[in-house]
Amino acid sequence: MEIPYTINARPDTGLYNAKLGIWLFLASEVMLFGGLFSAYILLRVSQPPGGWPHGWLDVRLGTVNTLLLALSAITTLLAWAACKVREFGKFKFFHGCTILLALTFLGIKSYEYHDKWIHYEIQLTNGKIDDGHLIEKSADFDLAKKTGTVTLHGREVDNHVELMDLRSPAAQSAKLDEMTIAAADIKKMENYGPRHNTFTAIYFTLTGLHALHIFGGTLVIFYFWGPGSKLYKTDPERFTNRIEVSGLFWHFVDLVWIFLFPVLYLT
Amino acid sequence: MSEQPVSLNSYIRLCAVVFVVVLCTTASMIATSYAHIGTSNDWTLKVAIILAIAVVNAFLVAGYLMHLLSEKKLVYTVLIFTVFFFIGLVGLTMWAMHDFPPGTASH
Repeated sequence: MEIPYTINARPDTGLYNAKLGIWLFLASEVMLFGGLFSAYILLRVSQPPGGWPHGWLDVRLGTVNTLLLALSAITTLLAWAACKVREFGKFKFFHGCTILLALTFLGIKSYEYHDKWIHYEIQLTNGKIDDGHLIEKSADFDLAKKTGTVTLHGREVDNHVELMDLRSPAAQSAKLDEMTIAAADIKKMENYGPRHNTFTAIYFTLTGLHALHIFGGTLVIFYFWGPGSKLYKTDPERFTNRIEVSGLFWHFVDLVWIFLFPVLYLT
Repeated sequence: MSEQPVSLNSYIRLCAVVFVVVLCTTASMIATSYAHIGTSNDWTLKVAIILAIAVVNAFLVAGYLMHLLSEKKLVYTVLIFTVFFFIGLVGLTMWAMHDFPPGTASH
């Protein structure tokens, strides 16, 4: 049985079915991310003054990822246009670029996650706080048994508030040192993972969900670039419509990042 | 959109323009975020400006790359509903934030 309206538009909607389907799906995606952005606003505005972190994320990496996604959105559009004018070689090139750009984006995101995972805040028994990236744990390190040592590259502060604004002149001029801390001196040790505070929780939730969308979109694009491209030989217009639909999803993912970047990295 | 003839070169030119504008808007957002704005370097004002620039960026992607400037009426209808419910979702959340029953909230 032939599926209706895969190429031509339905007279009543003016769209082929997949295109209407993707727009309805994107509408539901707007609500999904809308709920999380609402949560972000709620968490942020309910913080006391100075309670929301600034400068915790690397703006340079965020900027590179913004440009990578913008470029991938462009190559996706060009891949569709190449299909439309029946230049299959150029379609392969542009979609190949999209896949490479997407994988680079995910690579950078993974690096950022890893950076947060090895970043520790250690509350000491003397009331001070050591904050920095983990260099090594001694072989016998056990926080529960209070044995061994941990070495961080970072700084020591008197108050937790000093860690909140890393763009402040004091934080910018702070000297980072290697610090070896005995487990016996540690009251609490926690990395900058999702449970560290509300900022890291919403940061990992928002960017994690976005990264999952990137991953899913990349799989679909890879399918159309590889095995799925066989359809081009038999039904190029239908294949072109598939590329358009996957492209619309990809542009939506770019749109979400356009707001995630300033909200998380710049403000 | 699909019914209109497509020229790959015209799309390449369009994409080049869009990318340059995205570069500029991204640079503007970063510059604003590091700029000293207002007497007390107010984050509320900075956030508003940065989000306004992000909206321009989003308009470019949606308008030109997603072809929303030349879409069918049904797509606009779907999006109008989406915007309505999105505003409701965010708006109601923010409204409820200050709507604690008496004696249940400490702030």
